[in-house]
Amino acid sequence: MQQVFKRPVSLKDVQTHFCPGCHHGTIHRLVTEAMDEFDVQKRTIGVASVGCSVFLYGYFDIDVVEAPHGRAPAVATGVKRARPDSFVFTYQGDGDLAAIGTAEIIHAANRGEDITVIFVNNTTYGMTGGQMAPTTLVGQKTSTSPYGRNQQKDGAPIRMAELLAQLEGVAFSARVAVNSPKNIIDAKRQIKKAFRYQVEGKGFSFIEALSACPTNWGMNALAANERVGSEMADYFRLGVFKNTDNM
Amino acid sequence: MEDVLTKRLFVKGNEAVAMAAIEAGCRYYFGYPITPQSDIPEYLSRELPHLNGEFIQAESEVASINMLLGASATGVRAMTSSSSPGISLKQEGISYMAGSELPGVIVNVSRSGPGLGGIDASQSDYFQAVKGGGHGGYHIVVLAPASVQEMYDLTMLAFDLADIYRMPVMVLADSVVGQMKEPLVPNSRPATDLPAKEWAVRGKGDGEQRVVKSLFLGDGELEAHNWKLHDKYQDLKARECRWEAFQTDDADLLVAAFGSTARIAKTAIMMAREEGLKVGLLRPITLFPFPEQTFLDVTARTKKVLVIELNTGQMVEDVRLAVARDAEVGFYGRPPGAGSLPTPEELLEQIKKNY
Repeated sequence: MQQVFKRPVSLKDVQTHFCPGCHHGTIHRLVTEAMDEFDVQKRTIGVASVGCSVFLYGYFDIDVVEAPHGRAPAVATGVKRARPDSFVFTYQGDGDLAAIGTAEIIHAANRGEDITVIFVNNTTYGMTGGQMAPTTLVGQKTSTSPYGRNQQKDGAPIRMAELLAQLEGVAFSARVAVNSPKNIIDAKRQIKKAFRYQVEGKGFSFIEALSACPTNWGMNALAANERVGSEMADYFRLGVFKNTDNM
Repeated sequence: MEDVLTKRLFVKGNEAVAMAAIEAGCRYYFGYPITPQSDIPEYLSRELPHLNGEFIQAESEVASINMLLGASATGVRAMTSSSSPGISLKQEGISYMAGSELPGVIVNVSRSGPGLGGIDASQSDYFQAVKGGGHGGYHIVVLAPASVQEMYDLTMLAFDLADIYRMPVMVLADSVVGQMKEPLVPNSRPATDLPAKEWAVRGKGDGEQRVVKSLFLGDGELEAHNWKLHDKYQDLKARECRWEAFQTDDADLLVAAFGSTARIAKTAIMMAREEGLKVGLLRPITLFPFPEQTFLDVTARTKKVLVIELNTGQMVEDVRLAVARDAEVGFYGRPPGAGSLPTPEELLEQIKKNY
């Protein structure tokens, strides 16, 4: 009998701490599947960030360095420059990457560091209890925007995948979602493309994955999943914004 | 063949730091321009590319300390340097490195503050360096050079201590020793019996996963980790205190000063000796670990110590703690931004007042 589906070797056989309906688990799976398919697990150094993503080392069976809040791209820069033969990726949330770590992500991308960044955008600070993030949608209520995000006072949500695509150092930038089988298949395809850029030494690659946070959105898992494909994807358009091999 | 023992160079203190880093095997430097330390990144941006190394001018001090964190986590020798306001920005990363038990060398060619302050010589960063400048209650090793020669030798030592104790080490200099040119005999070499870095991340290969982190959420984990760090600091106090004692054997008054201020104090002490006053100097070279026992030993005889600093009183607190109530502690200091260094005559006057 042929086994057609199994746990990726790079993914540990443990339960996660993620809430029901959270998309981190699916994204973890896709990233580790891609890691297996490129056979990079043994030479991978992951950089964990601060937030729900911090427990990366608990779920990925790889060497991991934990970075201060927002600094993962700088830490990854140091790792990759010191060990250019290693496969290096960061895994960051939206508060981490698009607020406190804005300088680090922009400049690592602009230098064209040969790393891959997995950016999980769930429009809120999950770990700290659902505060307003730089990606919170206009009108969205959070624990620090109880009347809804006000564009005049708080600005509009930042579209990181498009923003980074403007930089010369970026080889690949895409936004994906994992809210439906179709989107999961596409997300896997884009993650593999992003990994290929690094494996081939072609520069900085970026994946923004839209994710549900039912707990902090005050929704059940199904409603949160639907919001990703509707309200979120309407503003954060899915697609590839930079793909230098096709240029 | 060149006789290395007679090789003498005439270089700036900041250049000596960069030269020592290369000799120590450091091939990775991450920094950001700030006066008065920019000679260090300038020198290394020139030299490291020829040594198969990496020089990055980072987007910020915050980024450069985190690049250091990343590089050090892989087991290589790496360094960053800056000056006071920049060192403030690095404190977050230094705390994480201390918590993650990562080696790494941080050079502070300090300037005067607070805030943007000025660029003249000052010793106002003593508290920040010695008391653990970031959050969470930790220490780093702090070395205080008083000459260009020591800028070289102590940078070399910094890399060794960082590796041996798995912790950040700071070279706390000032613009006098950083910018001054003096003869240098570059003979120091790195230690040869350093521990293997089995903890370093390199990709797990066929082995077990390695994790470099400072988050400990398991029941009792963080407390155990903090006790481990505490034990390490006790080891440092027992084994690594360094100081210079100058004419302390027969002294009636002890002067304590560190870094460039100690040199002016030494001149004043020689002037006092010419006048028949028995004065000695104790110059801590390691500010952490602080040579407490030596202070206790020397002041057991002198019963008096005059602490001189280029600030309004920082190291004096550690001297008071060291001697408890067994000796009288005097202080003379000039605040940051005095615009000029104290003269030997000025310090001689203070010596006479306290004698």
